[in-house]
Amino acid sequence: MNGLQPIKFYQTGTFTVGNRLLAPEERSVQANMQRTNSLNSGHRACQGCGEALGARYAIDAAMNATNRQLIAANATGCLEVFSTPYPETSWQIPWIHSLFGNTASVATGMAAALKVKGRDKVRVVAQGGDGGTTDIGFGCLSGMFERNDDVLYICYDNGGYMNTGVQRSSATPPAARTATTMAVGDEPGNAFGQGKFVPALAMAHEIPYVATATVADLRDLEYKVTRAMGIRGARYIQILVPCPLGWGTPSSDTIRMARLAKETGVFPVFEAEHGEVTTVLKIRKRLPVEEYLKPQKRYAHLFGKQPRVDTIARIQALADKNIRKYKLLEEGIL
Amino acid sequence: MMDKPFAITLNPGSSLTNHTGTWRTMRPVYVDRLPPCNATCPAGENIQGWLLHAESGEYEKAWRSLVQNNPLPAIMGRACYHPCEGACNRNRLDEAVGINSVERFLGDEAIKHGWKFDAPAKASGKRVLVIGAGPAGLTAAYHLQRLGHQSVIFEAAGHAGGMMRYGIPKYRLPRDIIDAEVQRILDLGVELRLNTKVANLAEAMKEGFDAAFLGVGAHIAKRAYIPAGDADKVLDAVSVLRGMEGESAPLLGRRVVVYGGGNTAIDVARTAKRLGAEESIIVYRRTREKMPAHDFEVEDALKEGVSIKWLSTITEAGLSDTGGDIMVEKMALDANGFPQPTGEYERIEADSLVLALGQDTDLSLLDNVPGLVTANGIVQVDASMMTGHPGVFAGGDMAGNDRTVTVAVGHGKKAARAIDAWLRGERHEPEPKHELATFERLNTWYYSDAPKTVRPVLDIIRRQSTFEEVLGGLDESNALFEARRCLSCGNCFECDNCYGVCPDNAVIKLGPGKRFQFNYDYCKGCGVCATECPCGAIAVVAEDI
Repeated sequence: MNGLQPIKFYQTGTFTVGNRLLAPEERSVQANMQRTNSLNSGHRACQGCGEALGARYAIDAAMNATNRQLIAANATGCLEVFSTPYPETSWQIPWIHSLFGNTASVATGMAAALKVKGRDKVRVVAQGGDGGTTDIGFGCLSGMFERNDDVLYICYDNGGYMNTGVQRSSATPPAARTATTMAVGDEPGNAFGQGKFVPALAMAHEIPYVATATVADLRDLEYKVTRAMGIRGARYIQILVPCPLGWGTPSSDTIRMARLAKETGVFPVFEAEHGEVTTVLKIRKRLPVEEYLKPQKRYAHLFGKQPRVDTIARIQALADKNIRKYKLLEEGIL
Repeated sequence: MMDKPFAITLNPGSSLTNHTGTWRTMRPVYVDRLPPCNATCPAGENIQGWLLHAESGEYEKAWRSLVQNNPLPAIMGRACYHPCEGACNRNRLDEAVGINSVERFLGDEAIKHGWKFDAPAKASGKRVLVIGAGPAGLTAAYHLQRLGHQSVIFEAAGHAGGMMRYGIPKYRLPRDIIDAEVQRILDLGVELRLNTKVANLAEAMKEGFDAAFLGVGAHIAKRAYIPAGDADKVLDAVSVLRGMEGESAPLLGRRVVVYGGGNTAIDVARTAKRLGAEESIIVYRRTREKMPAHDFEVEDALKEGVSIKWLSTITEAGLSDTGGDIMVEKMALDANGFPQPTGEYERIEADSLVLALGQDTDLSLLDNVPGLVTANGIVQVDASMMTGHPGVFAGGDMAGNDRTVTVAVGHGKKAARAIDAWLRGERHEPEPKHELATFERLNTWYYSDAPKTVRPVLDIIRRQSTFEEVLGGLDESNALFEARRCLSCGNCFECDNCYGVCPDNAVIKLGPGKRFQFNYDYCKGCGVCATECPCGAIAVVAEDI
């Protein structure tokens, strides 16, 4: 607006999925009428499933980035169950179902086979939920990282084992109620000080590329998948995918919840190369964590007749720590 | 069966056989809602409609869409008080979209490039008499001509424009702009007879007209009784502003007092400044909040050095030897907010006093028109702008109390459509309006932050002494920027959000300009599309189960 530069303003910029004012090559993969629809209609995911959405976003972007030369290995979990009830499949890509815990190894094997056969144009993606990734499959995943196998591993993080009835995983956030962390006792819900943040563990392996994303920032997600497919070696992306069933949120609010997770600092969105954070997606309009917690039934016990301000304060402290650690605010705002 | 791999008994199938649409209890539907700008526009412009074309830089298309409703965009881009901007939902984000300035830009582009109106429909053989070449008459004639009816305008003055020429000062509306937009209307085949005052409507109709539209305006200044020693020094706003169009400017003197609180009072006070008055004082009996003049006009006047005496009435004029001094009584608001005299007086030196107390219509031409009703000096019309006399329609200042160019343009359009229907022996039924697109229906997360591009304002000193236009125009990149600030409230602008955010691929993208369609075979009714639609163009309704 200083009169020296041509004014570039596109109404919604890159916040919306598409934008008719942008040149076609500047639009998202999802805006394309010819997108792969890797995960097609007719799948049995719940209404408003964040994982179904996140998987299509990510795999469509990977298909686009690899000129549709892609194979996916898929851990057992919601994504596998709802997409491939025998003999149907929603996948429109070469896709293999592994065991719950070994999908990183299956992908490693495929990458090795492709290498032996000299088919270096064909790329491999492994995908699973947070249970299959952070708990059951973590040994295989860590091995894939340390060997720097040429696989992009995508973890769809909804914070629990949702299709078996919402049990706790090591990605379940503190204070959240699950079937195995009931809202009872002095400190109801999942305990503080437990669990793990696998993106940080992946960074500790110093693999070439680690990133986090949410289904609320499509352009960022597509950028990261595309970026990852441009790199050889082990790569890891963790995508926050709200679960209306497990979180107890209206099916229409899936993207809104992911946005709130990012805007409150509960879920830091960043990318890292060889163990160092390189860029972060800044918070656009900072909000207190209550905004994120209150709509979710899994936190309902914090907002009863006697609101658990102490617990909310602890969650706020974790969000503030993320904001400090990953520098999620513009300089000087905090 | 034998050719299948080990342990495989069924052919691979696609999940497309599984119609998940049967799960649905709620159904998303695309809707169009009425944006507040359109809902507020007295001229009934489809503002959002033409902004959509302007956003993609298609200015001629935008202009053509604009002139579907209003043939005077360059004039309106200057003279309109833009209630649309007051209603704009973007006010709640940062600032309203500068609709008026984009309209002006489009109007100026049209003049610059010589764009012409689309050719009229096939001639109907009908002739319509239009009395008065002000905004109402010109607009009515334009629409009638485009609908195929020969319009003939009778204008009493020597130039077309009505109050746009004889009431709005040049610094707000340059005369070459009026000339250009009038000429474009005449180029459609509209006949204009200047210096033709209609004394008797019935007589004029005898020439062979099938219908008549009256838009004579309100040119007679209202007077208030003020004891005055020298009546020569008491002028009225209408003649002062009209005089500005004549050979010699009115002589107002060094100290000018204007009595009144409307936009006309402001126009006169600012005009007086430009004519060289050292002091230009507006005397108004109520407070600034109660002043009918628009706030930005008041602001501009104050910046130019006009001073305003609030809560004051003039009790006597013509007190000094030179004949101009006036006596002012202070007023105080009572419990009901009405000004009451206080008995406190003040004498103000003045060379002239200009009364700007409103205007009346000269209704003499309507004597002996059977059925036609007037009340308080205003011609009574029905919803289709028809007077009590069948086939005689009226609009503009003579047919209402809301007297602006924009209202007149709206009247002209409404009347023209009604006349067209009437000539065919039908009644014009306007389409039912959509539900209002309120701010609450928007998901404003998706809009980029972008403050309003403010039109360059003429340097204060320069504008005090000249009649150059005060507000400058936007240049191309500014206008584009401004147009793109539109939120497209209530109407799809093809952002692809619904197409992208559906977890079930149940939205079909139909391609540019064709919008989207739900695939109800697979839509589970989760409602994510409706939540994430930036402009609120998706409604969720219950399924009949």
